[in-house]
Amino acid sequence: MKKVPLESRRQFLQYTALSGAFAGFSLPALSAQPDIHYRDILPESMTQAGAGFSNYGQPSPYENKIIRWISANPDTPGNGVSWSPLHELQGTITPNGLHFERHHNGVPDIDPATHMLLIDGLVDTPLSFTIDVLKRYPQQSRICFIECGGNSNSSWRSRPIETAAGYTHGLVSNAEWTGVPVKYLLHEAGIKNNAKWVIAEAADGASLNVSIPLEKLLDDAILALYQNGERLRPENGYPLRLVVPGWEGIVNVKWLRQLRVTKAPVMSRDETAQYTDLLPDGTARQFSFEMAAKSLITSPSHGMSLPDNPGIYQLTGLAWSGRGKIIRVEVSADGGDSWVDAELQQPVMSKAFTRFSLPWQWQGQYAVLQSRATDETGYVQPSRDELLAKRGHHGFFHFNAIISWEISEDGFIYHVYPD
Amino acid sequence: MFTRISLTLVLLGLLPALAAQPLYQPLGQPAAELSDRPEWNLTISPDGQGLPAGSGTASQGKPLFEQHCAACHGFGAIGGSAMPLVGEVGSLTSEYPEKTVNSYWPYATTLFDYIRRSMPPSTPYSLNSNEIYALCAYILSQDGIIKADVELNAVTLPQVTMPNRNGFSATYPQ
Repeated sequence: MKKVPLESRRQFLQYTALSGAFAGFSLPALSAQPDIHYRDILPESMTQAGAGFSNYGQPSPYENKIIRWISANPDTPGNGVSWSPLHELQGTITPNGLHFERHHNGVPDIDPATHMLLIDGLVDTPLSFTIDVLKRYPQQSRICFIECGGNSNSSWRSRPIETAAGYTHGLVSNAEWTGVPVKYLLHEAGIKNNAKWVIAEAADGASLNVSIPLEKLLDDAILALYQNGERLRPENGYPLRLVVPGWEGIVNVKWLRQLRVTKAPVMSRDETAQYTDLLPDGTARQFSFEMAAKSLITSPSHGMSLPDNPGIYQLTGLAWSGRGKIIRVEVSADGGDSWVDAELQQPVMSKAFTRFSLPWQWQGQYAVLQSRATDETGYVQPSRDELLAKRGHHGFFHFNAIISWEISEDGFIYHVYPD
Repeated sequence: MFTRISLTLVLLGLLPALAAQPLYQPLGQPAAELSDRPEWNLTISPDGQGLPAGSGTASQGKPLFEQHCAACHGFGAIGGSAMPLVGEVGSLTSEYPEKTVNSYWPYATTLFDYIRRSMPPSTPYSLNSNEIYALCAYILSQDGIIKADVELNAVTLPQVTMPNRNGFSATYPQ
């Protein structure tokens, strides 16, 4: 066989395939073969009819361990979270059944036929909209992430939590949301000159209410009716959800019933007592809506192991920024001493998950894997030390520091805070 | 050619999707009357706008708290399966800051707004206005934010100055 230059892997594979094809022609079936008992040698799936059709498809039963991880207060089971298993997923779109959840008092059962959105307050004409009416407006689709302000909050603790990547950092998901740009309806109602804020209220058992700057709703917010092409899941706001791209989850109000236009914020519990970021001087950041650039390696990650030593492993992960596009993700295998640019899956979209990957040749050495994202504003994801130096240990919300996975010499992987 | 396409579109009623402005029919229903109804006016502002008639005191609030709240928030509101509501005033700069209603919340009106819309979780909107004022009074009086005999109502609740009133800085707008 002709010697293939090593630098051309593709050519090597093509050449091999071609000679295989010719080899096939050179084996004429000249004599009758003994009867082959195909039923004995083929997999069972090929020797019988398969299952019938289904009205709504479900994941393979072999994938039944790929689930959201639920954490709720037993006294109020509707108040809690479920994390998305980011460490088990690929690509950038979060399947609807695995989108993270944060509920303040459970998932309400809302009949779309009776649900209504009211826009009132500082408008010329208060207006109500049924779901059927909203479906008649031009529908805009937007792929974007939604991240809970409290995502990764265990990382503020003094010891690293030893939990799978998604079950620590998976209060973030990415979906294609489709619905009516909020600005159409606000303009239809007629915004008064002194209007500055909008109080969004939910029709759930918490009547959740938060204030959102009017300017943002007029920019890129959507009244979502659809999630990845199908109507919203109940746990994601059915029948109507406010999607505010790049801003913390709490303002992406699910089960939306009212938008009241005002001069000032309401100072609700969820914009004062919660979702505010306590600083070392005892004051707190309020209305810190934007989710800053962040990334993590989803595979390999905590709880996995590297079977081959030496071996080649495909490092992959997710990066996102609430301020725009991710322009760069660097990966380190030595705890941040040296960095290599990872490949970004195209197209890279603003305020959306960006998948990155990089092949890695492991030689069996102790290693600390990290990723570091940069967004189009030039902001670089900070190290944990840098974040803590600025924000202290009690911020609880908006943790976006670099996440580190330690690889032991026997190939086990742990969550660590590097020195 | 262009004319023929345009003519066809006109006959079909189709409009080329070239316009910078989206074209749609305004379909909102005028809702001024709806907007005045109580069920669409749940929001209570720091200036007291939205607060209902009624009143309550700490001594009225104590048995209500024990009946409706203590199972999760603990007797004396010091915390249980749900977060503590009282105490820890002045702890925010300490090594172990505790964010209770009395140590952290900037406005007392938020307490009324939140209790009415969300508490107790099993039966929201089951407490009447007098009961909610009384519960606010009970919680606030635990740390001396109001005196034990103060009657809270639509006038006095917004006048309460919370210890951490000036503890927040708005990130937005920059």
